[in-house]
Amino acid sequence: MRAIGIILAGGNSSKMQKLSNKRAIAAMPIACSYRAIDFVLSSMSNSHIQKVAVLTQYNSRSLNEHLSSSKWWDFGRKQGGLYVFTPTITIDNGFWYRGTADAINQNISFLKNSHEPYVVIASGDGVYKLDFNKVLEYHIEKNADITIVCKTADAAMDISRFGVIQTDEDLRITEFEEKPMGRSANLISTGIYIMRRRQLIEMIEKAAEQEHYDFVADVLIRNKESKRIYAYEMDSYWRNISAVEAYYKTNMDFLNPDIRRYFFAEYPDIYSKIDDLPPAKYNQGVTVKNSLIASGCIINGTVENSILFKKVYVGNNSTIKNSIILNDVHIGDNTYIENCIVESRDTICANTTYVGEPNFPKIVIEKNERYVL
Amino acid sequence: MIKKEMIAMLLAGGQGSRLGILTANVAKPAVGFGAKYRIIDFPLSNCINSGIDTVGVLTQYQPLQLNTHIGIGIPWDLDRNIGGVSILPPYEKSKNAEWYTGTANAIYQNLKYMEYYNPEYVLILSGDHIYKMDYEAMLEFHKANEADVSIATIRVPMEEASRFGIIIADEEKRIMEFEEKPEHPRSDLASMGIYIFNWKVLREALLTLSEQKNCDFGKHIIPYCHENGKRIFAYEYRGYWKDVGTLISYWEANMELIDLIPVFNLYEEFWKIYTRSDVIRPQYVSDNAVINRCIVGEGTEVYGQVYNSVVGAGVTIEEGAFVCDSILMKGSTVKKNTKIYKAILAEDCTIGEACEVGAGEESPNETHPHIYNHGLVVVGEKAVVPDRVVIGKNTVIGGITTIEDYEDGRLPSGKSLIKAGDEH
Repeated sequence: MRAIGIILAGGNSSKMQKLSNKRAIAAMPIACSYRAIDFVLSSMSNSHIQKVAVLTQYNSRSLNEHLSSSKWWDFGRKQGGLYVFTPTITIDNGFWYRGTADAINQNISFLKNSHEPYVVIASGDGVYKLDFNKVLEYHIEKNADITIVCKTADAAMDISRFGVIQTDEDLRITEFEEKPMGRSANLISTGIYIMRRRQLIEMIEKAAEQEHYDFVADVLIRNKESKRIYAYEMDSYWRNISAVEAYYKTNMDFLNPDIRRYFFAEYPDIYSKIDDLPPAKYNQGVTVKNSLIASGCIINGTVENSILFKKVYVGNNSTIKNSIILNDVHIGDNTYIENCIVESRDTICANTTYVGEPNFPKIVIEKNERYVL
Repeated sequence: MIKKEMIAMLLAGGQGSRLGILTANVAKPAVGFGAKYRIIDFPLSNCINSGIDTVGVLTQYQPLQLNTHIGIGIPWDLDRNIGGVSILPPYEKSKNAEWYTGTANAIYQNLKYMEYYNPEYVLILSGDHIYKMDYEAMLEFHKANEADVSIATIRVPMEEASRFGIIIADEEKRIMEFEEKPEHPRSDLASMGIYIFNWKVLREALLTLSEQKNCDFGKHIIPYCHENGKRIFAYEYRGYWKDVGTLISYWEANMELIDLIPVFNLYEEFWKIYTRSDVIRPQYVSDNAVINRCIVGEGTEVYGQVYNSVVGAGVTIEEGAFVCDSILMKGSTVKKNTKIYKAILAEDCTIGEACEVGAGEESPNETHPHIYNHGLVVVGEKAVVPDRVVIGKNTVIGGITTIEDYEDGRLPSGKSLIKAGDEH
């Protein structure tokens, strides 16, 4: 594909509550075996984008660890590859990324030194599959300056977290309202954009001159009259996970066989870093119902309607219901967990109970001592 | 100049004919094991865990699966600038062209590979066993004894000793005598088929015996070194070591993994076993599923009941199905209401609806009783079993079978049903 990729993975959101204390949203574990950023990385790799920059700033240790080798997404190439850019102090800049546009501006040489004519910009917190070639075709066909990938929000979706878009009949964008209070329209921006590389450089440099730092407010919305901005409507599965309830629900969506089939059985695949974990082990007398289990888990108790990420240990006579247990959690005997998200590497003591509200999961963070044989 | 202290040569060319239909299309080292591994993962992981980063894998019999699995060695961190893993098939030379005719002959034909790395020591391995072993500790032993050759040995029960190559060593562990499968064994130290050679000693022996037909380490090279007064020592390995050369031992070794605390523990942080995983998605256990005493690989979907089984990656067990005491390798499907007892299903098999596999009384296999026994049902790679058939014990099924192949919808105990040539 004649495009480079930029993934904006710097952000934090208070809507993630305590979960973002540990890691950037792009590094949030999804569907047992994956991290949020795997979906955009795999889509870019599968669209044959060969050169991708990940711009990261907030709490990026976990994300950096995940991206420590680019080979899992097939970016371990001589031509192109995967670049991770964190803010650095240079002779003419001593700031953190002051916004998304500033993040791109601080790495403008990446854009200038590339030769591909187009740029795909995406965030690291979407769960979807997308062929960016199709978006580019549409972009060219519409003779657009910028194309924004959009999604029609269903009634249940909290659109106040998104940019809401109105278009004319030709799908040219006429209104773009960031995080509105009311519900003026149902078309929301997925945070995926395509444009010419030179166009992007020009707009970013102009914004920087005027000391404007946000990509949506200062680059897109300010230019909505002067530039031809089009909406590409995406009709397949797309979810943004940047709020606890959305994160919980997106994970639970994978209990639906159609969604599993769409992501895992249909071409193309989603890739992730490989952990060398043994197969999951179900011991004598376990009850497991309607649950997803990752490798490395050892189960002794009862698990229902839950997602167990990698290397979770469930003790004897413990029950886990409607919950998400993140990586490497040790759950002691006789424990009851319902409607919870248990933070990774936690140790849950024996004989304890944690219960959250249905669909409003309780976040459990317990850093108890772990005694392992 | 390149200099490696020790390189490993892994003999992976054998068919392993005692595994019957499991090795009809794949070499034995590529046979699946323990839900997500292949047998060769164990020696390869041992190599990298022991600090050996140069491994030549000698292939000959049905290498496609093995080649695909090893690739450039990424899962084992054996993708190296210098060294790493190399696949070494037999090749044509200017004067002659021959297959690998014996274990030592195979190594002899790759003298140039070893010379290139200029090693001090060469480790000879086979891809037939399940074990975790620190070859570096063995090398320390080799150096401490100023040995020319070290042979890894393990103590076996005296009554079983006659099945092995037995070693008689003095108090210093220097080897005095060998006996190949002796009727009345005089020692319980069995050779594991793992050798460390001083490179110069190995090179000289291989060159001298280059004309030897079917040149073999146990039969020719070791006796030659012994006769010439080389210092040969027995390194005693204490740990889990399992031969998976027969179907029943293969089945047993798999079943040991589902014990509450398995003797061979894959869950330890120390000494990880690495493998290539094509499937990484999670496994799903449905509302009506029952799963008990099992290990299960990635991407498997369980809607039926599974007990005491080793289930590989990407397997589907449909509603109403019942699987017990069985090994299901990668990508197999068990359709609705089918019952399976004590069976081994190779990769990508399909068992139709409402079948009964492993039914009835035992009766010895008519054609290969020494291979198919202990009541096991063995289904070959990509085999298809139609709906509503009953299959007895000590049976083997291969290829795409249809209802016409089953008289009265049955395959009685002891029968073989192998349809060849269906793949092409």
